[in-house]
Amino acid sequence: MSVQTENLETAAEHPALAADMVTKPFGRDRTIGIAIGVILFVAAIALPFVTKSFFVFQVTMVLIYAIAILGLNLLTGFNGQFSLGHAAFYAIGAYTAAILMDKAEISYVWTLPVAGIVCFAFGFVFGLPALRLEGIYLALATFALSVATPQILKLSPLEHWTGGVQGIVIMKPDAPFGLPLNQDQWLYFFTLIVTVLLFWLAHNLLKSRTGRAMMAIRDNPIASRSMGINNSIYKALTFGLSASYTGIAGALGAIVVQFVAPDSFTVILSIALLVGLVVGGVGWIPGAFFGGLFVLFVPNIAEQFSKGLSGAFYGIILMGLMFLMPAGVAGFIAMLRRKVLRHEG
Amino acid sequence: MSEPILSVRDVAVRFGGIVALDGISFDMPVRKIVGLIGPNGAGKTTLFNCLSRLYVPSDGDILFEGKSILTRPAHRIAEIGIGRTFQNLALFQNLTVLDNVRIGGHCRTRSDYVSDALNLPWSRRNEKQIDESARSIIDYLDLRGVAQRRVGDLPFGTQKRVELARALATNPKLLLLDEPACGLNHEEIEELGERIRHIRDDRNLTVLLVEHHMSLVMSVSDQVVALNFGRKIAEGTPAEVQRSPDVIAAYLGTEKQ
Repeated sequence: MSVQTENLETAAEHPALAADMVTKPFGRDRTIGIAIGVILFVAAIALPFVTKSFFVFQVTMVLIYAIAILGLNLLTGFNGQFSLGHAAFYAIGAYTAAILMDKAEISYVWTLPVAGIVCFAFGFVFGLPALRLEGIYLALATFALSVATPQILKLSPLEHWTGGVQGIVIMKPDAPFGLPLNQDQWLYFFTLIVTVLLFWLAHNLLKSRTGRAMMAIRDNPIASRSMGINNSIYKALTFGLSASYTGIAGALGAIVVQFVAPDSFTVILSIALLVGLVVGGVGWIPGAFFGGLFVLFVPNIAEQFSKGLSGAFYGIILMGLMFLMPAGVAGFIAMLRRKVLRHEG
Repeated sequence: MSEPILSVRDVAVRFGGIVALDGISFDMPVRKIVGLIGPNGAGKTTLFNCLSRLYVPSDGDILFEGKSILTRPAHRIAEIGIGRTFQNLALFQNLTVLDNVRIGGHCRTRSDYVSDALNLPWSRRNEKQIDESARSIIDYLDLRGVAQRRVGDLPFGTQKRVELARALATNPKLLLLDEPACGLNHEEIEELGERIRHIRDDRNLTVLLVEHHMSLVMSVSDQVVALNFGRKIAEGTPAEVQRSPDVIAAYLGTEKQ
């Protein structure tokens, strides 16, 4: 500790030295970041042309879960509010898209912003009473939301719209403008564009005044108020925003899967999203992609070990991962970086 | 003498049957440093929390520049020019020093979710303004070397300085410092006394200082208010307050009782 203090003091006395210490690793990080970005970009473009249709569908679902997990991360990771209710918002988004396409014959593209707005409204309204609840109590209230949703979707007065237990079947859209892509390839690219857009917006938001206010509330709600932050309005708006992201993911999910039914959106989905959030890294934007990979692929992998014991294998994989990476992929990457830096210097 | 920047008038706070503050009144002249002293449990922090609207007084009024602050919610205190630090650090632990200080600039700027997410021109301009003012305060308090560090990883004394920087970033007219010397070593305390005076002079501030460290209070304050058991027992220059029999009794006890 004393050594550390000494270093800090020298750094404070010699701003040039300090600036150098700070910029060097970041400068190289930037280069590595750009390199990773280029590789991912090329891989993302090439993927649907070099892999089978089913795999393209699976990767599309990974992106969709990543959006849903990013939504949860905005709320939990960056604003400190727990939710076990995000399956409900995913469901509302999915049904909004399905009903609009099925009953109103609106193009799938326009169902996304509508789902986003509808879920924002639901999230905001739910976020208002949630202001009075914190931590595990909020987790319970949101848990109730995801328990109730599938049953509400089955109610007979709503059956005309929701299709009741049967759900709604949707037609898969074709690629527009005569693009030489099959339906899976087109939906992959469509989802990819939406994903990039939503991640870009979240990235901008989190490094802005609004994002800092969200994180200030997470870290210290009393101090944030004293700094002039209106905690209530930010928490309610963040709840709405989070629901909106997850709802757009739900709408995309409905379009890609071509089907919605109440029992796809049980509390299990809420928990899966939370698991994805923790595995990827709470409070780290790219973590959502790793979370998406986990949510989609690990149950399948577990099933390959044993059909009867797939749940047990899922549990073992999850425990193993948490043992190896207690702070998720985010913590693991941060640790690797520290090791490399220490090794070099 | 000009109009006081802050008037505390008959402020009382009761928690159930306990009287934490019992009719406190005093005025703070502009650009003075006022020390608020008293033994543990005298009601100093309670009074502070009334000033930043975290507690609601059961009685009395608090006027800032002639207007009552009691109708304002806690999050609208910073914007009228009252900034504060906390007794036991209340920093945003997971954020960098720079971001902590930037958050201090929150009340001086406007933005919304949509323009920030789209990174619109006015949002960028806003960000530039917040960034410039945060960096100048960081330089002012010698925090440049740690600006990009996570605040929770820094030594206690540095964290206290970050908290001061964050309070200054709200651009206050009245700065409330709750035990700024607590947990600092001897040298740091001396430095702190100088710093408080410099800040007052450079930034034309009025400072209300709650402090246990007597030599610091007595050396920097222009005026001292002493509390005990929720009541004001003395008020005046440091020398006057030090001579007050009630203050001596409160700190050392009396012979007969």
